[in-house]
This record gives sequence, structure tokens and C-alpha cells, in this order.
Amino acid sequence: MLELVVCSLLIIGALFVLLGSFALLKLPDFYTRLHGPTKATTLGLGGLVLASVLFFSFGQDMVNVQPLLIAIFLFISAPITAHMLIKVALHQKLPMIDKTSNKNWQQQLVKGNEQEKG
Amino acid sequence: MISMVLLGVMSLIGLALLLNLWALLRGPSLPDRLLALDTMYINSIALLLTYGMYTVSQLYFETALLIAMLGFVSTVAVCKFLLRGDIIE
Repeated sequence: MLELVVCSLLIIGALFVLLGSFALLKLPDFYTRLHGPTKATTLGLGGLVLASVLFFSFGQDMVNVQPLLIAIFLFISAPITAHMLIKVALHQKLPMIDKTSNKNWQQQLVKGNEQEKG
Repeated sequence: MISMVLLGVMSLIGLALLLNLWALLRGPSLPDRLLALDTMYINSIALLLTYGMYTVSQLYFETALLIAMLGFVSTVAVCKFLLRGDIIE
């Protein structure tokens, strides 16, 4: 029974990791491409870590929580990395696809600030 | 059964690493390549975890944690360099 749970967690995790890497290739511009690795890959690694916790605490007295440390660190650091990367992309003014909504948000922000002052 | 599943999972993660390598070589701009490199770090952590389960040994957790920390610090350092032209101001 536990083996089945570990196997299904492993397969789901690996499929999510593969999906994140495929999104990195498939999506059209940088801003959409950032979604794949930061969400799907992190979720897949969470599944793999859960499977590892179950696998190594099988037949032992206590739960082995050492792999959870990796998952917690990655769940904290992945949004920070995404934030830094999107700041770099906005700084370098990378091209967006045409369907991007709210494209001129910087000009709107400046205009709103001027209206607030005046 | 679980060793077969682990072999399959390792091959899937290897395929994901190859896709990342393609994205790293193709990426039109520098942030694209940086994102591909960061994803390669995370995928190599996943590969180490599954390999540690395959050779029932807990030695690989420390290595995976080390790779996670080094990947995070190096990505943030390159981002700071691209933003400011300097890492420590």
C-alpha cells in the first residue's frame, strides 16, 4: 500500500518537473516562460520530496524529515528568484507578446501619480 | 516495482534536463538563459533525490541541499549584477 503511494507520488512529481521544463521551451515570451519553472517544477519537486520522506521513514520508528528541509528551502527561495528575474526583465525591457494585458502600466503609474499631486 | 518506477522517473528527469539544455542554448536573451540555468539546478536536485532513493542511501540529501543553496545564491548574484552592474554596493 505504502509502495503504491510512493510510486504515484514519484510519477506525479516527475511529470510536473517535465511539464515545467517543457513550458520553458514552448511558451512565447519571457514573462510567460517564467511561470513554468517557478510553479510546476517547484510543485513536482515537492511531490518527489514527499515520496522520499515516506520512502526513508518506512520500517523505522521516527519520520525522517531531512528531505523536507530541501523542500522548505526551495519553497522559500523560488519566489525570490522569480522576483529578481522579473525585475531584470523589466529593467532590460524584454519584448512582450501582443496579447499582454495592461502593457503600459508604467506610463499609467506615472500619470496616476501626477494626478494625485496636481 | 519501486526500482522500475525510480528508473522511469530518473529518465523523465533526464529528459527534462535535456529540454533545459536546449532552452539554455537557444534562449534569445540573458534572463532566459539565467532562468534555464536555475531550472537545471532544481532538476538536478530532483535527480539526486531519486538517485538517493535508488541506492537506498541518505548521503545525497546534504548534496542536494548544498546545490539548492548555491543555485539560489548564484542566481540572485547574477540578477543583482544585471540590475546594478555591481553585486555588493
